[in-house]
Amino acid sequence: MKKGVMRPGHVQIRVLDMDEAVKHYKDLLGLIEMDRDDQGRVYLKGWTEVDKFSVVLREADEPGMDFMGFKCLSEEIVDQLRGELAEFGCEIEDMPEGELKDCGRRVRFIAPTGHAFEIYATKKQTGKWGVGNRNPEAWPRGLEGMAATRFDHCLLYGPNLDETLNLFRDVLGFDLAEQVIAPDGKRVAQFLTISTKAHDIAFIYHEEPAKFHHASFFLETWQDVLKAADLLSMTDTSIDIGPTRHGLTHGQTIYFFDPSGNRNEVFTGGDYHYPDHEPVTWDAEELGKAIFYHDRVLNERFLTVLT
Amino acid sequence: MGESFQITEQFSGEQFRCKPGQSVLKAMEQKGLKCVPVGCRCGGCGFCKVTVLGGDYECGKMSRVHASPEAINQGEVLACRVYPLTDLIIECQPQSIVGLDSEHTTTKAIR
Repeated sequence: MKKGVMRPGHVQIRVLDMDEAVKHYKDLLGLIEMDRDDQGRVYLKGWTEVDKFSVVLREADEPGMDFMGFKCLSEEIVDQLRGELAEFGCEIEDMPEGELKDCGRRVRFIAPTGHAFEIYATKKQTGKWGVGNRNPEAWPRGLEGMAATRFDHCLLYGPNLDETLNLFRDVLGFDLAEQVIAPDGKRVAQFLTISTKAHDIAFIYHEEPAKFHHASFFLETWQDVLKAADLLSMTDTSIDIGPTRHGLTHGQTIYFFDPSGNRNEVFTGGDYHYPDHEPVTWDAEELGKAIFYHDRVLNERFLTVLT
Repeated sequence: MGESFQITEQFSGEQFRCKPGQSVLKAMEQKGLKCVPVGCRCGGCGFCKVTVLGGDYECGKMSRVHASPEAINQGEVLACRVYPLTDLIIECQPQSIVGLDSEHTTTKAIR
């Protein structure tokens, strides 16, 4: 949080059919539906999140990610960073207050990978869902499905990883927590953190810009990951891989697809990172183990299926 | 159990049965066949693109990038979203999996 960027705050995901998507994110992942707007967008969040929403679904004829937003400590920091982003050379668009319901103005910029990101400081806080702030119970009753606790991070595919690292590290204050290095010395994957989490945003090299690999949601325990897998089978939901463990970040995980083909992850555990830590490095020759610690072989679908 | 339809993949010569209401890709996967690549199974990624050469079918929603209205008219569809109404002949060319330059678009429609 060196530059005042706090956390991943929201992701807007395009879906082919809103009713199917809401059923998936609400009934299966267990996110809470918080609101809808006059564009037909649906706003959801995990029950532990204090801000009003973290996932926005928009119906479109092509799936993928519209943008990901990071919340900052103050409006002054947003102004300061807006200047630095422009100086870095980012294309910038100012999104007015209220364009996302109950969210303040956002500064949108395009990263060298082609993805749209936003920084903002103001969003209505409704508190954790179903539990108070004073003498709170451990968890609320009435959660559905996987009972995902929060939107955690995204993994995105695109070109220009070095420039993107410079932008996130030097302008926005992220640290490089983990990386994958090819034999020629080129960094082909970078996991960046703005907190002590192993990743708040991750990028993998890909020629085509602006591709979406997955949005990830946090669960509390490995047992919850296994229960998530049970629920995927019960609902005949398309599973990508898992339950398993990653070498990178060492998180325990399962991947699956929403009804529009956008990949989701639910995971638990994993490493932590402080600003004085050296980045963890995986050699590309060990990529199979880096991605799937138990299988130790690459799964082509995981690497190439994108929206 | 009602009737089922015979699906023939012309390139490999593989044949399998598909129940009404079942997608061609799912029927293929249940038989353990691999003549069509499997991606997201949800109409989003374009991995399972096939050309339907003969027979009637219905389609579910598919990403416009991978199945445009023009392509759909030519029978170029995603097997995960093809629901047969009769026996079908399909073709999946190995090189037509993904990544054709013509399929690349950058989505500008950000809101």
